[in-house]
Amino acid sequence: MGGERLKIVLSLTPPLLIIITLFFGGIFYGFLQSLGYQPAIGKYELNFSAYYNVMFSERYAKLFWSGLALNLWVSFASTFLAAVFALFGALAIRKTFVGKTLCKFIYSLNLPMPHLVVAVGMIFVFSQSGLLARLAAQIGMISSPGDFPVLVRDKYGFGIILAYIWKEAAFFFIILMSVLQSLGENFEELAQSLGANRWQRFRYVILPLVMPNLFSASIIVFAFSFGAYEVPALLGVIYPQMLPVMAFEFFLNPDLNARSEGMALSIIIALIVMILVVFYFWLTQAKIRKD
Amino acid sequence: MNNNLKRINIYSIYLGALILILPLIAFFINAFSFRWFYPQVIPKELSLQAWVRLKLIPKPGQRTFEGFLDLWASNPTVIKALVNSLTIGILVTIVSIIIALPAARVLGLLNFRFKKLIIFIMVSPTILPPIAFVLGLNINFISIGFSGSFFGVCLVHLVPIMPYVVLTMTGIFANYNPDFEHQARTLGANKTTTFFQITLPAIAPGMVVAALFAFLVSWSQYLLTFLIGAGKIMTLPLLVFSTASSGNPALTAAISIIFIFPAILILVFTSKFVSGQSGATSGFGKI
Repeated sequence: MGGERLKIVLSLTPPLLIIITLFFGGIFYGFLQSLGYQPAIGKYELNFSAYYNVMFSERYAKLFWSGLALNLWVSFASTFLAAVFALFGALAIRKTFVGKTLCKFIYSLNLPMPHLVVAVGMIFVFSQSGLLARLAAQIGMISSPGDFPVLVRDKYGFGIILAYIWKEAAFFFIILMSVLQSLGENFEELAQSLGANRWQRFRYVILPLVMPNLFSASIIVFAFSFGAYEVPALLGVIYPQMLPVMAFEFFLNPDLNARSEGMALSIIIALIVMILVVFYFWLTQAKIRKD
Repeated sequence: MNNNLKRINIYSIYLGALILILPLIAFFINAFSFRWFYPQVIPKELSLQAWVRLKLIPKPGQRTFEGFLDLWASNPTVIKALVNSLTIGILVTIVSIIIALPAARVLGLLNFRFKKLIIFIMVSPTILPPIAFVLGLNINFISIGFSGSFFGVCLVHLVPIMPYVVLTMTGIFANYNPDFEHQARTLGANKTTTFFQITLPAIAPGMVVAALFAFLVSWSQYLLTFLIGAGKIMTLPLLVFSTASSGNPALTAAISIIFIFPAILILVFTSKFVSGQSGATSGFGKI
């Protein structure tokens, strides 16, 4: 028995050590710095002034709150739209038709694609001299690049949302396909024989069955898009700016006081994501208890 | 009526596929046409100039086998970044599999106190954003001299990869029957033989998938490499990012094609393993 215990401890120590020292250690040290602890410039006292500065000072408040709003808008919109597109794609593609294998492959093609490349792809397709603008010019819809709507590097975050939809729809698609596959068509046939129409079958049969998986996938996508740097860095504008980009730029600022503020921002991002995840677990646990 | 509906359905799937593949089409047009002026949809002439400028293809007239070798041996930036990305990816994947193997076995086969807490600690890097830990870690790494080193970059890549490899392999061991090992041992096989003859073949398929996706996670890492590498370690994602920011579409497209090539290869290779049920898929959220 003692041997087994030793085996468990020895096996788990290396990966735990990596996660605890590098990941939690990094967060902890970042937190300390966000409280103003900077031995490099002889600052040892701890306070919350970096948090106050970022959120309420005249200099940064507008930047922060507009950034937070953009963050929430981009994450909600892209998660929701990606899930909806994937759901319709997965439902439609279940039937047999010519080219099904190829279509399934194309629908999952963006799954292993790095976010960075998807962001570059959005510039190539949606910018004012991109592929779509050229097509629109060719069929006479627009006469100059300026007539094409600003969809990349725009202040509403459309380009960022498009990139996340492109990328995450594939993720939702794979998850939905396997759920639908494991369900089979029995439930739907049963509902159909009981007289349910297409909408009713979708709303009362399929949706409740795929909802748990769809929802947990949404949490992953939301959390990722809330804290990721590359896509908004390439496709965003200077104002309003998404929080991860803002945190990073504060951090790179040669002024060492801005460093504390960058750390404070990154801790705020992590806190929001954490609250969301805890809320999600609380929600699913509450639902299990209710059932 | 019903037939019409079906046809619309199928056409919308084709349309969706076409839309999804538009960026890829744009990558190839950009990479193989140096002057693709607005509003041409199809470029007037094809050109390899982007590839020549990146020193991946020799100038016309030197395109012999030796010409290619000479050019690549001169170590152009793209080749350097490619070699760095590959080395870091392969190294980190091997290390993560070796570290994860015993842990996943214990987590998948045994029940013990604090198991839930340990799994919770392991998965936390998959939920919390990398920017939350890497800023603090960066300063620590500078003070102990890991910053800007190859070793430091490999170490920091382990953070997003570790949880994901441990979880995938825990799933494999949860469906694994260790009784076969006991049988082999009673028949006289030693520990090493048992591992290579019994355990490894049983877990190999799942392990290969975990390894391929671990590699992809490292391959597409931008922020961690940028901060910990401190500008000294150039990898492909860093090159794509800086070229894209400086705005030459042909060069960006050509580097991007090299960058996405392994991703597509891995998808083709593993498409039958990839399903929402497998833990492997959840790792994609991080790429």
